Amino acid sequence: MKTVFLTLLTTALINNVVLSQFLGLCPFLGVSKTVKTAAGMSGAVVFVITLSSALTSVLYDFVLVPLDVLYMETIVFILVIAALVQLVEMVLKKSIPGLYGALGVYLPLITTNCAVLGVSLTNVQSGHSFGMSVLSGFGTAVGFGVAILILAGLREKMQHNEVPHAFQGMPIVLATAGLMAIAFSGFSGLQF
Amino acid sequence: MMTSIGTAAAVIGGLSLLIGLLLGLAGRLFAVHVDEREGMVREMLPGSNCGGCGYAGCDSLAKAIVNGEAPVGACPVGGGEVAHRVAEIMGVEAQEQVRQVAHIHCAGTCDKAKREYDYFGAPDCRQAAQAPGHAGKACAYACFGLGTCVDECPVGAISLRDGVAVVNPDVCISCGRCVGVCPQRIISMRPKTNQAVVCCSSTAPGKEVRIVCAAGCIACGICQKVCPAGAIHVKDNLARVDYEKCIACGTCVKKCPVQVIHRVESQEEA
Repeated sequence: MKTVFLTLLTTALINNVVLSQFLGLCPFLGVSKTVKTAAGMSGAVVFVITLSSALTSVLYDFVLVPLDVLYMETIVFILVIAALVQLVEMVLKKSIPGLYGALGVYLPLITTNCAVLGVSLTNVQSGHSFGMSVLSGFGTAVGFGVAILILAGLREKMQHNEVPHAFQGMPIVLATAGLMAIAFSGFSGLQF
Repeated sequence: MMTSIGTAAAVIGGLSLLIGLLLGLAGRLFAVHVDEREGMVREMLPGSNCGGCGYAGCDSLAKAIVNGEAPVGACPVGGGEVAHRVAEIMGVEAQEQVRQVAHIHCAGTCDKAKREYDYFGAPDCRQAAQAPGHAGKACAYACFGLGTCVDECPVGAISLRDGVAVVNPDVCISCGRCVGVCPQRIISMRPKTNQAVVCCSSTAPGKEVRIVCAAGCIACGICQKVCPAGAIHVKDNLARVDYEKCIACGTCVKKCPVQVIHRVESQEEA
């Protein structure tokens, strides 16, 4: 139980995928305009990362390691993730059209989310077991969700502020994200 | 060396083949039947996703039209031409319809409307509506002139002139977004014709209107008397035009003692 909690805490907050590893920045900055779209994106990301962690872990242990082609891991994982996103899209369209409509364009966008690939690679490189891979995948995705939701909330508030002309648009968002990263670095001091 | 290249190629090739097969199977298994007319109708719609029809976007409207939930002329932006083409796809007759445009019912420009104080808050009508007073204007029914409708308009048809928002009827796509966003509720849709429109929303008694604005309806009732078609009536201290009856003769425009009834000339044919 303690390991489960610790893994979730570590992956979601201490090693936050966006704010301390700087992965998945494109959707983090791109779809954080409103809380609603950010929530849709993080929902889709949690789903895909958890599934792809499981799948890539199995592939690594039962295909790549026995055949001794570990250097192919990146390309194999990209292939698997792209196919998985495609499959998830088809299944959702057929069985849960409501959710499909809500996620909309964010679903295919996940393919380009480097956090997904990053999680899979980190998992296999740190020698996680299957269960541990799924768990840390889930935790990382939740961390992504936490970060993007906080930024979306801040950006919604910022709409009503008068931002100096030079900082309008992306600059103020990047400055905000930087301050968030500094705040999140406070988690690295946690000792157990 | 060669064997390792071979293994790598075999792994990728095999995996790709497997994934391709699985995806192909899944595509068959999870195929969703889409009415082909939906795509055709969607192509006819303007595609600005403004939401003026009351649906989430052009995709949703196309679906609703094909399912028979919405009429073929449901797109306010496309107007008659789009309605006609959609009707062709659906195989029904389109009804002739007059294009609607937004109108801001206030003419309280800087020289006409009295000001009580200078408003220095956020330049957003919705925030000004929360503050006491009416963004500085003495009239409670006035256009704040802070331009929330200007920001909301997807095509830039609204501009601020002399402290009052004005709609350019030739640019307006009649999506109706400004109608919903105005906290003063002084924007409404009217037919794009040169019929008479009352440029005031005040339901205060004439005497009070006179105190706060030189361009407000004082509910004198002259327009009601002179209208040959019986299309204009004073109700709740405000003249109101019945666009179905108005024959655009312009009598009321000439006779109004405070010049609050206008005819907005359009550059194009309606």
